[in-house]
Amino acid sequence: MTQQQTKDTGGRDRQATPMPTDMNARELARWTWRQVTSMRTALVLLLLLALAAIPGSIVPQEDVDSIGASRWRDAHPKLTPVYEKLDLFSVYDSPWFSAIYILLMISLVGCIVPRTLVYWRALRSRPPAAPRNLARLPEHAAYTTTDDPGDVVTRAAAELKRRRYRVVVGEDSVSAEKGYLREAGNLVFHLSVLVVLVGFALGGMFGYKGGVIVVVGSGFSNDLTQYDDFVPGSLFKGEDLEPFSFTVKDFEVDWLTEGPRAGMARKFVSTLDYQESPDSETKTYDLRVNHPLTIGSTDIFLIGHGYAPVITVKDGKGDVTYSGPTIFLPTDQTFQSFGVVPARFAKPKQIGLEGEFYPTFALGDGLPRSSFGDLVNPLLSMLVYTGDLGTGDSVYVLDKTDATPVLKANGQPFRLDMRPGDEIDLPDGLGSVSFDGIERWNKIQISRTPGKLVALAGVVMALVGLLGSLFIRPRRVWVRTRRSESGETVVDIGALDRSNGGDPERGELELAGIMETMQKTGEDAT
Amino acid sequence: MSNASWEALSNQAVAACGVVYFLALLAHLVQWAGLRRLAADETVTTGRTAMAGRLGVLLTVIAVGIHAVALLGRGMAADPNRVPWGNMYEFTLAGTFFVALLYLLFLRRFALEWMGPLVVALVLSLLMLAVVWLYEPVAPLTEALYSYWLVIHVVSAVIATGAFTLGGICSVLYLLKERSKADRGYLARVPELASLDRISYRMHAFGFPVWTFAVLITGPIWAHQAWSSYWNWDPKEVWAFITWVVYAAYLHARATAGWKGRNAAIVALVGLATLWFNFIGINFFSSSSQHSYAAPVTPAVVRIDPAPSEAPL
Repeated sequence: MTQQQTKDTGGRDRQATPMPTDMNARELARWTWRQVTSMRTALVLLLLLALAAIPGSIVPQEDVDSIGASRWRDAHPKLTPVYEKLDLFSVYDSPWFSAIYILLMISLVGCIVPRTLVYWRALRSRPPAAPRNLARLPEHAAYTTTDDPGDVVTRAAAELKRRRYRVVVGEDSVSAEKGYLREAGNLVFHLSVLVVLVGFALGGMFGYKGGVIVVVGSGFSNDLTQYDDFVPGSLFKGEDLEPFSFTVKDFEVDWLTEGPRAGMARKFVSTLDYQESPDSETKTYDLRVNHPLTIGSTDIFLIGHGYAPVITVKDGKGDVTYSGPTIFLPTDQTFQSFGVVPARFAKPKQIGLEGEFYPTFALGDGLPRSSFGDLVNPLLSMLVYTGDLGTGDSVYVLDKTDATPVLKANGQPFRLDMRPGDEIDLPDGLGSVSFDGIERWNKIQISRTPGKLVALAGVVMALVGLLGSLFIRPRRVWVRTRRSESGETVVDIGALDRSNGGDPERGELELAGIMETMQKTGEDAT
Repeated sequence: MSNASWEALSNQAVAACGVVYFLALLAHLVQWAGLRRLAADETVTTGRTAMAGRLGVLLTVIAVGIHAVALLGRGMAADPNRVPWGNMYEFTLAGTFFVALLYLLFLRRFALEWMGPLVVALVLSLLMLAVVWLYEPVAPLTEALYSYWLVIHVVSAVIATGAFTLGGICSVLYLLKERSKADRGYLARVPELASLDRISYRMHAFGFPVWTFAVLITGPIWAHQAWSSYWNWDPKEVWAFITWVVYAAYLHARATAGWKGRNAAIVALVGLATLWFNFIGINFFSSSSQHSYAAPVTPAVVRIDPAPSEAPL
């Protein structure tokens, strides 16, 4: 068994060679290579990889759950620096995680290359000659017959060939072997791991992932400036973006109003008009969850939706300084949403609004809340600020450091509670706010993952290799004849199952089958 | 039949198959109580003890049949009809079904009679846990689950889980039997160590490719369709990967390092622990997992993406 040999020599060498401290550079290099490529190391590395993957499932990961990660940081100020040193917020990109799998890859290559050579030789070699004493083999059977030994050998060879063995006929014996593909499967499996990694790496280097919120009715063209968030691969270039564009024509949701999941939204359909390039024809696609739109090698996904109240702000002079659908982000399943309006150009003073949108407004326990996600009783409830609103790094946050809340005459904060169509004047001649209607928005995820088919081919290859290496049973069978003292022919059959699973019953059955056919064909001949 | 009556049928079938599993357990207990008095190498083919054993298997067959009805009822009760593994309760129902079914299918082939009481007891306790703690009324699935990959991905994961669980039972018994010197009683009657080790290996050899298919092929394909990325390092994915790696190590150890018996059994049990932790644990410990279908009101979040926007769908 080739693997067995690899391991055995490894073991012997470890004992024979001196400790690493006594070696010169070359010996040390060889010793290191042996250690890294030994089976035991591969095993330890595999288990280490499993162990190393655990922290990433416990500590929130920056790439997976960045909000969770920042919340965790706030909650554990003392541990955070330590965790950051250990890369615990991005385990799967960390040097120590990479070190484990790179070592594993080296170990893998160091294992496959020599084994492929051994396998190549084994493929071309003949089944080994019959051992002297077949009775010593784990599977053995014998019978006595009056047939001529030469006939027995011929028949044995024919029977073993029929059973798809590779057969070598000797003078008084037959050697046969089958199941060569097991090792091939094994090698393919190991090789496929490399293929998967290459596919994965391609995606990481040349791919990208971006998100954009599009108000229903408006459009998007694939350009870096249009994205809200964009995570490029390490070697990604902006000009690799494909020149498509689309418009969200319509968006439909089905709200469940009864049953255990009442309040849940389903059957999201976003109707897109899209063009693969500026001068190609316009096509339509119904974008749904689980049904991304693929344009070229880019995939477009519908991953979220929400409300965008249309708000208009007029300043003290009566000029419109802000107008349009404003994206409010849902904070829970009832689509109670949060949003801000910064009217920075309002005169004489800037006007900022911050507050909630309730699609179905209700008072629960005396607190305002939304009781349903659909637009049954929409209400916009916002506080008003004035002063310097800053430059505005995010369109979802109002910078209130230099702004003051606008108060009512009684000193309470001035709050706008508006239904669609309402217009309210602000105190102190600041201006007025109107709530003109409600639009919807879609969060669209756009990503390109080159190498995904390479990775897929890799895992499929792995599965095929795995099946071969687990279920093909390499076996050797020998048949030997000799004349007994009484002149009869004694036929010995021995077999060696070289698969580690072993299935003694099936082996016995096969042996019995071989013997039976040989005896029967013998009788037919006589 | 209306959806409500399908659901009622399913609930009654779960209760009924629980009772029948319990009767099967009793029958097996009678059998093994009888066998205790005999020497380990003595086999019984007639009389009350043998009868009890056969009755146990027969009752298990009936229970599995009713179990299937329970699953069918869950699927038919949903609107639109769907596969009955949309939440933890249903997944446990399906998982235990496949454990019991695989046991029956392998019963002859691997001479698993000795495993009867263990499988039945395990299935029965898991069913009780499911009914007490995980029960949920039939509900429509979240949008992301409407995909034919739900059938392929989950059914392969469940079958692999069943096979690994049976393999794990063999490994536990290996470790117990190894320490036992009893010449009669249950441990003396389970197959010899080498054969336990072999059955365990073959269960794992069957389960591992199925698991590979579930976790590394259908999982990523579906993840790509639903979440826009085929591998997200989602906690459930991470643990499925960990399970895969541990079982790969198990097969590797057996194939090349010649680790049979004790060490292999220990690795197999570590694998089983990660598998079940992934199934039950992650859903309760990790709130960020996109595989969280455990909460009574499933958050309608397909994906919470990194800033700037959080957008439940």
